[in-house]
Amino acid sequence: MSTLDLTFQLNGQAVSLKLSPDTLLVDLLRDVLGLKGTKIGCREGECGACTVLLDGQPVNSCILPALKVQGRSIVTIEGLTRPDGSLDPIQQAFIDAGAVQCGFCTPGMILNAKALLDRNPKPSGEEVRHSLSGVLCRCTGYQKIVKAVQTAAGQIK
Amino acid sequence: MATAFKELHWSNDIPIKAYYLPESLPEALELLKRFPGKARVIAGGTDIIPELRRRDIEAEVLVDISRLPGLNTITQVGEELRLGALVTHAQVAASPLIREKAGLLADGAASVGSPQIRNVATVAGNLISARPAADTSIPLLALQASVTLASKAGERVIPLTDFFLSVGKTVLDGQREILTGIRFIGLQPNQGGSYLRLSKRKALTLPMLVAAAVVTVDPGQKAFRETTLALGPVAPTPYRARPAEAILRGAALTREVIREAAAAAVQECSPRDSLLRGSCDYRQEMIQVLVRRSIQKALGQAGFSLE
Repeated sequence: MSTLDLTFQLNGQAVSLKLSPDTLLVDLLRDVLGLKGTKIGCREGECGACTVLLDGQPVNSCILPALKVQGRSIVTIEGLTRPDGSLDPIQQAFIDAGAVQCGFCTPGMILNAKALLDRNPKPSGEEVRHSLSGVLCRCTGYQKIVKAVQTAAGQIK
Repeated sequence: MATAFKELHWSNDIPIKAYYLPESLPEALELLKRFPGKARVIAGGTDIIPELRRRDIEAEVLVDISRLPGLNTITQVGEELRLGALVTHAQVAASPLIREKAGLLADGAASVGSPQIRNVATVAGNLISARPAADTSIPLLALQASVTLASKAGERVIPLTDFFLSVGKTVLDGQREILTGIRFIGLQPNQGGSYLRLSKRKALTLPMLVAAAVVTVDPGQKAFRETTLALGPVAPTPYRARPAEAILRGAALTREVIREAAAAAVQECSPRDSLLRGSCDYRQEMIQVLVRRSIQKALGQAGFSLE
């Protein structure tokens, strides 16, 4: 099996590497690049735990061939933390609202919320729920997660 | 992958030995020819990757068409709307042109999977996967869409009514053909369309039933001129309910005739008993409800109400 060259932007930094043609993005991120914030839940695009942003749009990295990100930009949950180490307001809001239980779905929830707030800073409650509809949480009733996103949007003090 | 997960089914790797990103259609078709029986075309891959992992399909070579030029746009040529093979569900759901001229297709596209799936999965792929209740196949069937299949020998245009063969099977010859586009005529002023979906949840769920209708009204006579009615999953392929369409043809816009059409629609349907989608009895009842509502909604969209 031949290896192929891949170059893309990862959390704002250029990355170049060689990989085998059967590599899926989630395995590249976790096992090759060591970014374990992206979780593997179902591995078939059902649970959303593996969500990353591809050119700003949420996608499931578990069913995305890594070679598809050639020349494109990927943001993982690690990429939300600011250079000075402080958290993104959405991350802080999840902590403040108690929106994290086991935490497995949290990166997917936060990245979907990030994509929403980047294009729509003042979403309705329905729009928030819609944007999170591709991530399954098995711990909570989703209420605090929705509240955290609304808090981050400045709609709830 | 961590050893703790090795025994789970999803620990399977995908059996892919080569991955190509051709830059042109001739190059992509040449690759299919080079690996007879071993290559699969991939666009979004949201169906293919899980299928490869489950070994539901076999392939050693993926030919990724996502860099082929000119296939990722929605365009209007005269009254005809054209979707390139790389147009995603998210694009269709958000397109002002599709919302205005084919709202039923936008509604169907918005119901597929989840936001993450819709950002990647293509409408062309939804057709090729050939599920009997595919959320875009059903409205495209009601819109009387056609698909263009390209091969080294040239192109052929196939009406969607002739495209589906059985569950997961179409007339597309995947060893030498690539679906390049979808086309249909947008809704005219005396037409209305609708898409309705019965499902257990609002996201990440397959539909129990899908109905889509396009009605053409004769405004002078206040009567149905033509109606196309598509349903799924009630047969091995997305289904055109032609007996129901025949009852509506030329009929006055009454609740009575819609009830008659709904009863006729169900007569040729054979929904299976399904733990996932509900019993046959339940779904036969609900088909009639969805047919009635879809025709009424389409009429409303055309600006007509019932007597």
